[in-house]
Amino acid sequence: MPYFLNNQEDQQAMLAAIGATSIDDLLESIPDSMRLKRPLDMRPPMSELELTQHMEQLAQRNAQGTKHRCFLGGGSYDHFIPSVVDAIATRAEFYTSYTPYQPEVSQGNLQAMFEYQTLICQLTGMDVSNASLYDGGSATIEAVLLSMSVTRRHRKVITTTSLHPEYRQVIQTYLANLDAELVTIPTAGGRLEPSALSAELDDQVACVLIQHPNFFGNLEPVDGIAEQVHQAGALLVSVFDPISLGILRRPGDLGVDVAVAEGQSLGNPMQFGGPYLGIMACRERFVRRLPGRIAGQTVDRRGRRCWVLTLQTREQHIRRDKATSNICTNQGLFALRAAIYLSWMGPHGLQETATLCTQKAHYAAQRITERDRYNLKFAAPMFKEFVIQDKQGQVEQALKKAHAGGCLAGIALGRWYPELKDCFLVAVTEKRTLEEIDQLADCLPD
Amino acid sequence: MSNTHAAPLLFELSKPGRRSSQLPRCDVPQIALDQLLPAEALADVPPPLPELAEPDIVRHFTNLSTMNMSVDTHFYPLGSCTMKYNPKRNERLASLPGWLDIHPYQPDPTIQGLLRLLYDLQADLAEISGLPEVTLQPAAGAHGELTALMVAAEYFRDLGQQRGKVLTPDTAHGTNPASARMAGFETLTVRSTATGCVDMDDLRSKLDDQTAVFMITNPNTLGLFDSQVQEIADLVHHQGGLIYLDGANMNAILGITRPGDFGADMMHFNPHKTFSGPHGGGGPGAGPICVTAELGPYLPVPIVKKQTEDTGADIFSLDYDRPKSIGRVRSFFGNVGVLIRAYCYIRTHGASGLLAVSQNAILNANYLLGRIKHFLAVPHGDRCMHEFVASAEALKHDKGLKQPAMDIAKRLIDLGFHPPTVYFPLTVHDALMIEPTETESKETLDAFAEALFHVTGESAEMLREAPHTTVISRPNEVLAARHPTLKWSPDA
Repeated sequence: MPYFLNNQEDQQAMLAAIGATSIDDLLESIPDSMRLKRPLDMRPPMSELELTQHMEQLAQRNAQGTKHRCFLGGGSYDHFIPSVVDAIATRAEFYTSYTPYQPEVSQGNLQAMFEYQTLICQLTGMDVSNASLYDGGSATIEAVLLSMSVTRRHRKVITTTSLHPEYRQVIQTYLANLDAELVTIPTAGGRLEPSALSAELDDQVACVLIQHPNFFGNLEPVDGIAEQVHQAGALLVSVFDPISLGILRRPGDLGVDVAVAEGQSLGNPMQFGGPYLGIMACRERFVRRLPGRIAGQTVDRRGRRCWVLTLQTREQHIRRDKATSNICTNQGLFALRAAIYLSWMGPHGLQETATLCTQKAHYAAQRITERDRYNLKFAAPMFKEFVIQDKQGQVEQALKKAHAGGCLAGIALGRWYPELKDCFLVAVTEKRTLEEIDQLADCLPD
Repeated sequence: MSNTHAAPLLFELSKPGRRSSQLPRCDVPQIALDQLLPAEALADVPPPLPELAEPDIVRHFTNLSTMNMSVDTHFYPLGSCTMKYNPKRNERLASLPGWLDIHPYQPDPTIQGLLRLLYDLQADLAEISGLPEVTLQPAAGAHGELTALMVAAEYFRDLGQQRGKVLTPDTAHGTNPASARMAGFETLTVRSTATGCVDMDDLRSKLDDQTAVFMITNPNTLGLFDSQVQEIADLVHHQGGLIYLDGANMNAILGITRPGDFGADMMHFNPHKTFSGPHGGGGPGAGPICVTAELGPYLPVPIVKKQTEDTGADIFSLDYDRPKSIGRVRSFFGNVGVLIRAYCYIRTHGASGLLAVSQNAILNANYLLGRIKHFLAVPHGDRCMHEFVASAEALKHDKGLKQPAMDIAKRLIDLGFHPPTVYFPLTVHDALMIEPTETESKETLDAFAEALFHVTGESAEMLREAPHTTVISRPNEVLAARHPTLKWSPDA
């Protein structure tokens, strides 16, 4: 085995030193009746060369970006990743270290976490950020749990059908064990009608979750929603798209209490859904209820500025069953990637990226709807994604044809929305060129 | 070469007009943004991110990296975390474009290579655990625990049983009771005996028909295999409850014994530990769980399934049609990048290699224990599995140290070693939890033991002030918690 260092002689010397004759001697505490009496039933070991050939063969059976144009979104996007992200994040001092339990030998990770937290606050306009959670869905449920804890309302949470259906499923899975109800307001027009929210808001509601831009790509009418929600004594949780904040008003400027997001777009590959990172930021006054790792600034014994994991009395290793959450780790490496990405983009790069997405998405929507068979489903303003209605109601056939023509044209919505079974969701990032968008419009069938 | 000057923050390097990003010109017909989007939605200015040129960014983060200890640079015997070598081939093979550039909603026929890999990984984990049904969805070990407890809750609901209690031993990871709470259970703590195993009398007194799950870590956090585990399982099963095995310490038992064979009904793996990670400065991990056939229907959706066609070709697909499923515990499929690395690790080793992993991990730990017990107490005996817990309590009296384990840990840094886990488990006073892993040599273990011996003989002054050689001395953690400064601000 390539990863073991001790040869037989070493092993014998070590056994002799501890007074054992074989490794089996060391296993006395495992009763014979529990021992596995046969080898594990697994395929034989592979050399690096064999493994490489095997993995390349498997990977080639996937149709990745070089084989088609990706217009899929729905929470995971084909944005550009600058070279510096991989160049830095593949440094072994970052990826082979662990949670910075010993700050003196982890200042690199801790400072990067602190910088990540600052960048997220700058991006969102929120007061404080943690050092990241698992992904967008888990950040969303953690925002719900935080809201329940802050408001001491444990029975009711409101959202809309325009929130990512998988995030809603996650919330439902968690709430099933906590005896709380998720009220989902329909969004027939592709976004929330503020009057529909008034009808549901009462003094039992812990929080209102609004995704903006929403799952359909539409902007929600967020202006004034915060006041409405706060009047009912509830918190406003926004699920945002990090790239959109290059041009859209920030959650912190809209009166949002907790802002969460899927951080994949910030320099992370799509890789079939993970690992990603969950972004979570909130108002200062909720910081002691914020789940996950947090880095804080302090000084060392000689008065030098430095960083540590802080507010650990919130966490499971201290509080056990009274902790704010069971979460143990953050997505350190992916938070690092996000920090590098945001530093590289800067304010203007992010603004230009967001603008390109919007311009290209609108162009794509126009080109597709020039075809008689396709309509824009919703009239609401949209950022980089939009819903196309197939008048023939043959979404599967349309997407198959488009794929044969070289494009993953969109995500069929029928699996989550029976009422939208004639619709699909199209996403356009800054990576898609004019030619690719024209190709998309042309490869959809008549 | 380490750059020992404290690095300024990114924000302090920022200068108006500097930038790294250069984007392509817009090649589609442009329309003014305020004609596309409502004015009230648009920001007047972009977010106030720092303005940096690319060379600045690269030097900044490269210098930061050199301030970390890591597995590639240092012996890292952080107990319970299994900081083994992270094979380079796994990194390279997990980064093939065929894995990175695929979207989570691509149709199944376009991802047959990945689905085959994931299906085979499910089967391998089932074989290693002795539990046939597997979900790869959870994002981390603690997330796996939570998922399994939700599965248990749903199972009992389906049976029409109201069971509100989860029992955990006092040596358990803090995530166990925290996860139980999040799944809606009350938790009760079961005491350990002086030998570090579950106190059976205490267990019997707390176990009843309200008990849903007993969560056990075996080998436990003291590095001991609790040989009562089968008896515990029988007791719990007799009351209709389930056994959850915290798989944090699977590195000790691969191919030796299987949780499914000693009574566990559910367990999680920590692929970032057992199957070589890497740990990524705190993540990502993954937390796949394996359960009995009886609990399989309740696992989250989707599961990867295989159908063999008449032609003999295998077709893989994602199965969402599982009516008893608890639903989802996260968005998308799972931490695929971590799972691919685990697959590479398992395929590299095969059955004989995995067995050798555990055997060597156990040998290394016992050898180190044998060297250390002569100068530091190891309260739970002369033998261990893959890790052991020493106690520095004696140094409290001998040297007048308040936190002797912490002081030793800090001083070890000066001698070139990442410290063990300290002050966990809570049942051992001034605990030093040491896990060498199988990817270390006898020479390294000898050097570590000698360094530790040297440190225990040093003056209180030397220890209290350690570390002496790092970029910073000990941080003021009380100040950090009392006056939280959690971001940089321009006027600070």
